[in-house]
Amino acid sequence: MITNSKSESREKYQAFIDAGFKHTTRFFAFAVLALLAGIIAELFIGALPSIKAFGFGFFTSSDWDPVNVQFGSLVSVYGTLATSLIAILIGIPVSFGIALYLTEISPPWLKRPLGVAIELLAGIPSIIYGMWGLFVFAPKLADTLQPWLIDHLGPLPVIGVLFQGAPMGIGMLTAGIILAIMIIPFIASVMRDVFEIVPPTLKESAYAVGCTTWEVVWHVVLPYTRIGVVGGVLLGLGRALGETMAVTFVIGNAQHLSFSLLDPGSSIASTLANEFNEAFGKVYTSALIELGLIMFLITFVVLAFSKLLLYKLSKREGEKS
Amino acid sequence: MESTKSQKAKIEVRNLDFYYGKYHALRSINLSIPEKMVTAFIGPSGCGKSTLLRTMNCMYSLYPHQRAAGEIVIDGENILDGKRDLNSLRARIGMVFQKPTPFPMSIYDNIAFGVKLHERLNRSDMDDRVEWALKKAALWDEVKDKLKQNGNSLSGGQQQRLCIARGIAVKPEVLLLDEPASALDPISTAKVEELITELKDDYTIVIVTHNMQQAARVSDYTAYLYLGELIEFGETTSIFTTPKQKATEDYITGRFG
Repeated sequence: MITNSKSESREKYQAFIDAGFKHTTRFFAFAVLALLAGIIAELFIGALPSIKAFGFGFFTSSDWDPVNVQFGSLVSVYGTLATSLIAILIGIPVSFGIALYLTEISPPWLKRPLGVAIELLAGIPSIIYGMWGLFVFAPKLADTLQPWLIDHLGPLPVIGVLFQGAPMGIGMLTAGIILAIMIIPFIASVMRDVFEIVPPTLKESAYAVGCTTWEVVWHVVLPYTRIGVVGGVLLGLGRALGETMAVTFVIGNAQHLSFSLLDPGSSIASTLANEFNEAFGKVYTSALIELGLIMFLITFVVLAFSKLLLYKLSKREGEKS
Repeated sequence: MESTKSQKAKIEVRNLDFYYGKYHALRSINLSIPEKMVTAFIGPSGCGKSTLLRTMNCMYSLYPHQRAAGEIVIDGENILDGKRDLNSLRARIGMVFQKPTPFPMSIYDNIAFGVKLHERLNRSDMDDRVEWALKKAALWDEVKDKLKQNGNSLSGGQQQRLCIARGIAVKPEVLLLDEPASALDPISTAKVEELITELKDDYTIVIVTHNMQQAARVSDYTAYLYLGELIEFGETTSIFTTPKQKATEDYITGRFG
């Protein structure tokens, strides 16, 4: 052996450091897992009294009656899903348009100010959106959009049920639109970032077969960046599902089941924010915790669904090998 | 070798100047590219040969700071006058890039995609077109059983032939090749060169290359560019055997610089 004792000890030292590094990073990674498991377990234990009291009926009942201790999640779950869906339906196309403009069409001198503006929009505290929504936006909606919806979409079959009632300003539609405004900066900036990593020659090749800008973005850029785009949408959806303050301001906080988007309702987050401080009795508290557990479940389903979507999309593109 | 006079010009470049912002990249280029021939642009890096190629399908117009002045006349129409529809212009002028750039879709769709933009074909006509293009690009035998696979699953050489097939599927009149073989291994390079020779029966081909042997092998005409100026243009055999300019001779014989 040529190696002397000095280099041997150095090798030992490096092996020790390597092993230490490996264990430290593994500890961090597993800590996340442990934390997640801990939260789920804690929520589950907290929700047990309510689960025992209402069973599966908790999902199907629209009762929310603290006086008679009867609880069901339907109103809050419907509010959460409806507002988030509105937010996503408005947010995705608008964000896509913003990202498309910023990466493909905008003159260079305008890119930076617009980009900064979008990032600033993401930094506005949600309570500001809530106040603006309640004092400025909701009255405007009550005067303009809502009467129009009631008159024109209300009489329609099937979807008409979503547009019944009086134009009060506040309600699930308003909450959904506010949420859309709040998540657009997130989705738009993620989309812009992933659109920018598309190799210029790939785009040029598409232009070279005679594509318009729209065709390049729709058929080449979007499929190429779909993982990032879906990630950005999930980020926005996650925020919409869990947003508390702004929604609490404008959703109306009614524990009364109505499918109309113009009626006041509740989301899981707004119910928790409104009632947790005042909850009395074991079952009431426990029912609120079970709502939290359901929110966890919704997030999980959304994530699983997005993975499935990505899988389907990549299958449509042909197998990779 | 045919003489220059008997050859009809497909593309006429007249007093072309090109600017990247303030940088003057091409200086009054005049040249006519003969129809159904292979014309090669050679020259050291940064001489403007790719720039010249990219003006021929107005690719530069995607970038706000790039500007061309002068005329490029294709079949009697000046494409730089800003009056053309660039999308239909580019359908007539195919382009293949240095690195293979398959679209994120199946092999079949990679070919069909460009065709669908300009023509409405029924399923069986489209199948025929895809097969025709892949056969032209000498790729059919290798991919006919896996047309549904992703274009990225092919090897680098196959991907480049896929890109050539994609370019010819639209049935362009001109094919612009920007160093199409520089990222490929020798066997794939040989296949691409063979392909170029076969394709010139139907297409006018312009190829940019670093590789002088390649220019000598595949082209009928050669243009030597240096520092944004066209130093010499003529039949490949005479450029490589009896160059008129000292600079061309120095570059070709490797005494350059």
